[in-house]
Amino acid sequence: MSGLAGLFGEPFLRYAFIAGAAIAAASGLSGYFVVLRSQVFTGDALSHVAFTGALAALAAGADLLVGLYGACVLVALAMAALGPRGRADDTVIGSVFAWILGLGALFLSIYTTSAAGTNATSGVNVLFGTIFGLSAAQAVIDSAVATCVCVVLVFIARPLLFASIDESVARARRVPVRLLGTVFLGLVGVTAAAATQAVGALLLLGLLAAPAGAAQRLTARPFRGIWLSVTFAILSVWAGLLIAYAAPKIPPSFGILAVATGIYLTAIALTANGRRALGV
Amino acid sequence: MIGAAVASTVLEGSRLSWNIVADIRQLFLFSFMVNAFRAGTIVAVTAGALGWFMVLRRQAFAGHTLAIVSFPGAAGAILIGISVVVGYFAAAIAAALVIAAVPRSPGGRARTSESAIVGTVQAFALACGALFVSLYGGFLSGLTGLLFGSFLGVSPGQVDALLAVAAAALAVLGVIARPLFFASVDQDVAEARGVPVRFLSGLFLVLLGCAAAEVSQITGALLVFALLVMPAATAQRVTARPMASFWLTIAVGLVVVWLALAAAYYSVYPVGFFVTTFGFAAFVIAAAGRTAASRSGRVRVPAHAGLTP
Repeated sequence: MSGLAGLFGEPFLRYAFIAGAAIAAASGLSGYFVVLRSQVFTGDALSHVAFTGALAALAAGADLLVGLYGACVLVALAMAALGPRGRADDTVIGSVFAWILGLGALFLSIYTTSAAGTNATSGVNVLFGTIFGLSAAQAVIDSAVATCVCVVLVFIARPLLFASIDESVARARRVPVRLLGTVFLGLVGVTAAAATQAVGALLLLGLLAAPAGAAQRLTARPFRGIWLSVTFAILSVWAGLLIAYAAPKIPPSFGILAVATGIYLTAIALTANGRRALGV
Repeated sequence: MIGAAVASTVLEGSRLSWNIVADIRQLFLFSFMVNAFRAGTIVAVTAGALGWFMVLRRQAFAGHTLAIVSFPGAAGAILIGISVVVGYFAAAIAAALVIAAVPRSPGGRARTSESAIVGTVQAFALACGALFVSLYGGFLSGLTGLLFGSFLGVSPGQVDALLAVAAAALAVLGVIARPLFFASVDQDVAEARGVPVRFLSGLFLVLLGCAAAEVSQITGALLVFALLVMPAATAQRVTARPMASFWLTIAVGLVVVWLALAAAYYSVYPVGFFVTTFGFAAFVIAAAGRTAASRSGRVRVPAHAGLTP
């Protein structure tokens, strides 16, 4: 018990736990819809855009957050606009984000050779996250942004579910399918930008895909699945943080992803005989 | 004569002049550039051939994941002190088998569950890479090389290894090309005709993993995907005929890699940036040309007609 008190006595751990939980909730919530709408590849693309956005801001000498959020939201909206019915073709997404990542490599090289960035750690931090390095201000911003994403998503959850599961019927019932798709991708972009600070641009895809994938294997009921997905995500982040705290050699991002992957594997094992574990 | 040219090049540095012949000759003066061009050629052909099938089968996401997996492979190999090349191929093939082996989700929606699995494999693999790097400690500059590539350190032995793996992968692809094409275009009919669809798709993923492992040794783990997807996406926008677009894919890949290596030689910026930029330029030109052609009233085959599974 005293160990636990000591754990939360450290300010950087408190920030990590609070901001981590908010980011995990936003990722689990939006991830559920990402998986349901078969847009995991789009999430993958956004996570790479986050890297380029952050590095572009660093290379230009601007604030990292501006580049991060700006790039993620812009590209998310562009992808919604490009694709038919708000969903772009795989090869188009792939070509665009591979090129954006190439730009990221360019910005990294500009940044590391410039006077401002004599150490390459910032680039690596963007890629793999620094949740233990969050400052109080960053933790507050990330938590607030992630909470806003959660609130908006809960607000549009019902029509978005309808539009995701049966688009043509939803359209006939005058659900604004296209607008919902665009707003949703924008929210995923914001989530990606917030999660980049915590788990890094390369790993946030795991927070989107693994808890949601596990939840959808365990239950077909949408709202039960959504809460399950959020719970798994928060559980992964907290358990991962504890692992990283106990074993300092292990980066927190790895702990988080290891727990999330473990949960997914367990879900696969439980449903391997062809049944869903928690009712239909 | 050549000795004088080398000396003058070394003195002047690598500078672009208006004399194209001299520029091209200067490119091949150093053996590391010759090795880079050899490796780049092998890599472009392999990535083009496998990437064409990848785009046809709509497995871009799986291809991207296999590409990324080479990073933890290489980092793990460095950590335990074995050859990096072994690490690249072992990781890519293992990931291909995992993606192929996971059971389909109950109640249909195979595509949905598959994409969640692919995403999880990718993120977990990258997390493992971060762990290996952290355990090994202090190879930050090497990390950037693994992620974003470097063509400077290609050894003749590495070129031989690339050539051997590419020849094996392309030979297997040649044997299974016809049934694989059938299974990709119309899976149900192929299955009814007794084509082993599941086996072919697993084997294809392994081949794709090999190609990804090859490419990542030049472009770095994060940019492999550009060479897999961009030439194929370009070619399929130019023509809908399978054979024509297959050869066009390989041609586009070769031109992109050669131009990128030359550009990287004459500038200070990374080769990965040039590979992705030239590839994307080809794609944009092809897409724009297609739009212009259909606007001008020449009725053409719709996008992917005859190729859509």
